[in-house]
Amino acid sequence: MKRVAITGAGTINALGHSVPETLEAMREGRCGIGPIDIRDVERLSVQIGGQVRGYDQESAFNRQQIALYDKFTQFALLAAREAIGQAGLDFTGDLANRSGVVLGTAAGGMNTWDDNYRVVYEEGKNRVHPFVVPKLMNNAAASHISMEFNLKGPSFSVSTACASSNHAMGQAFQLVRSGASPVMITGGSEAMLTFGGVKAWEGLRVMSKDACRPFSANRNGMVQGEGAAVFVFEDYEHAKARGATILAEVIGFAMTSDASDIVMPSAKGAARAMSGALQDAQIDGSEVGYINAHGTGTAANDKTECAAVADVFQAHADRLMISSTKSMHGHLIGGTGAVELLACIMALRDGIIAPTIGYEEPDPECALDVVPNEAREARVDVALSNAFAFGGLNAVLALRRAP
Amino acid sequence: MAENVRDRVIAIIAEQAFLEPADVTPEKTLEDLGVDSLGLVESIFAIEEAFDISVPFNANAPQDSSFDISNVGAIVAAVEGLLEEQA
Repeated sequence: MKRVAITGAGTINALGHSVPETLEAMREGRCGIGPIDIRDVERLSVQIGGQVRGYDQESAFNRQQIALYDKFTQFALLAAREAIGQAGLDFTGDLANRSGVVLGTAAGGMNTWDDNYRVVYEEGKNRVHPFVVPKLMNNAAASHISMEFNLKGPSFSVSTACASSNHAMGQAFQLVRSGASPVMITGGSEAMLTFGGVKAWEGLRVMSKDACRPFSANRNGMVQGEGAAVFVFEDYEHAKARGATILAEVIGFAMTSDASDIVMPSAKGAARAMSGALQDAQIDGSEVGYINAHGTGTAANDKTECAAVADVFQAHADRLMISSTKSMHGHLIGGTGAVELLACIMALRDGIIAPTIGYEEPDPECALDVVPNEAREARVDVALSNAFAFGGLNAVLALRRAP
Repeated sequence: MAENVRDRVIAIIAEQAFLEPADVTPEKTLEDLGVDSLGLVESIFAIEEAFDISVPFNANAPQDSSFDISNVGAIVAAVEGLLEEQA
């Protein structure tokens, strides 16, 4: 089995248009959530979100590209450019033939669906733009990354709601670890802050109208975000041989299914995914210093997740740190695990733990060290990243500090 | 009108609970009737549609909501209150 190094990272989200901007915001505990600026926002009862600010598609893409790229594809491409640029890889020959891209997204081209439903239903037109299908399909982002960077190996998209990114990165990890691919580009992207996207979430009545306050007793729901994060997962020896900088090492992955409820989470399923990741990484729970929580800020998730952590880590649960950065960038749904992996890299590489902001009142059912409101300096050897999706599908990654 | 509101709310809850309306009595809680969190959210949606009202309800903090769901009678009263308020 090969070891798997992360040699590049890129992102665009409500906290910044790059990894350095995003990590700076996380260090400062800055909130990227605010009033959203989208069409028909006045008809929404939830009017906040973690929207990407100051976004100008014309500066990144030409007219033909914009005609073909939904916003979720644009976000994915921008993140991939930063990640692959940092890794310094050029895909040709055998490397190109064996390297690929696996990306998570829950909704795919939601803006394209929304805009074109308006055209045919609201405006009553009987003709739509010819590129509607290639724009909205869930694999569009993965395909455009493969085209821009000449990636000709295993490439596909993964869609498991809020765990999409973690499932995608788990697949990439396994492809590199098995030796099937020397390099995999992976992560996730979501652009669901559209009228229809927010309206759909309103229906479930789990959204907050004011803030995302994970683990806080007065939390009142989740807040949607948007954006992407993309990473370069590379065979460790391949990275070392070319003198690449290693941001962190991916050491384990596990996925489980609750097989119980379409929306309510299960502590057992979450616990099995965390212990599975530890087992896959062949490490003891006591080595874990930080967990990037799924931490949605809903009543149900946060207490279930804390119960699962207590169950898996026993006494060590009180010594490790667990924070939810969704309080800052919102819930990016299918892209969320990817943006959250950045917080794990920051913990391992920089020794800085991103805080859970908006934390106001302790909740006895979430009695762990949730790194409230302010970032903290700490040396961390191993970090976990949790994602627990609607549908009861759980995916947990384990990372280690680069040697 | 009052009688009518009660019957219509009870019919909505009965449908969610797979029960006859006669079995959905005012003192029963949703838990007694076997209506889970998804059933509750669906019932509230059906109430909003049936009466053309907006029900203030957040599934994260049902107890903090001004819409009392402690039992069937309370829900009926809350709907009547909203109808008066939003008339």
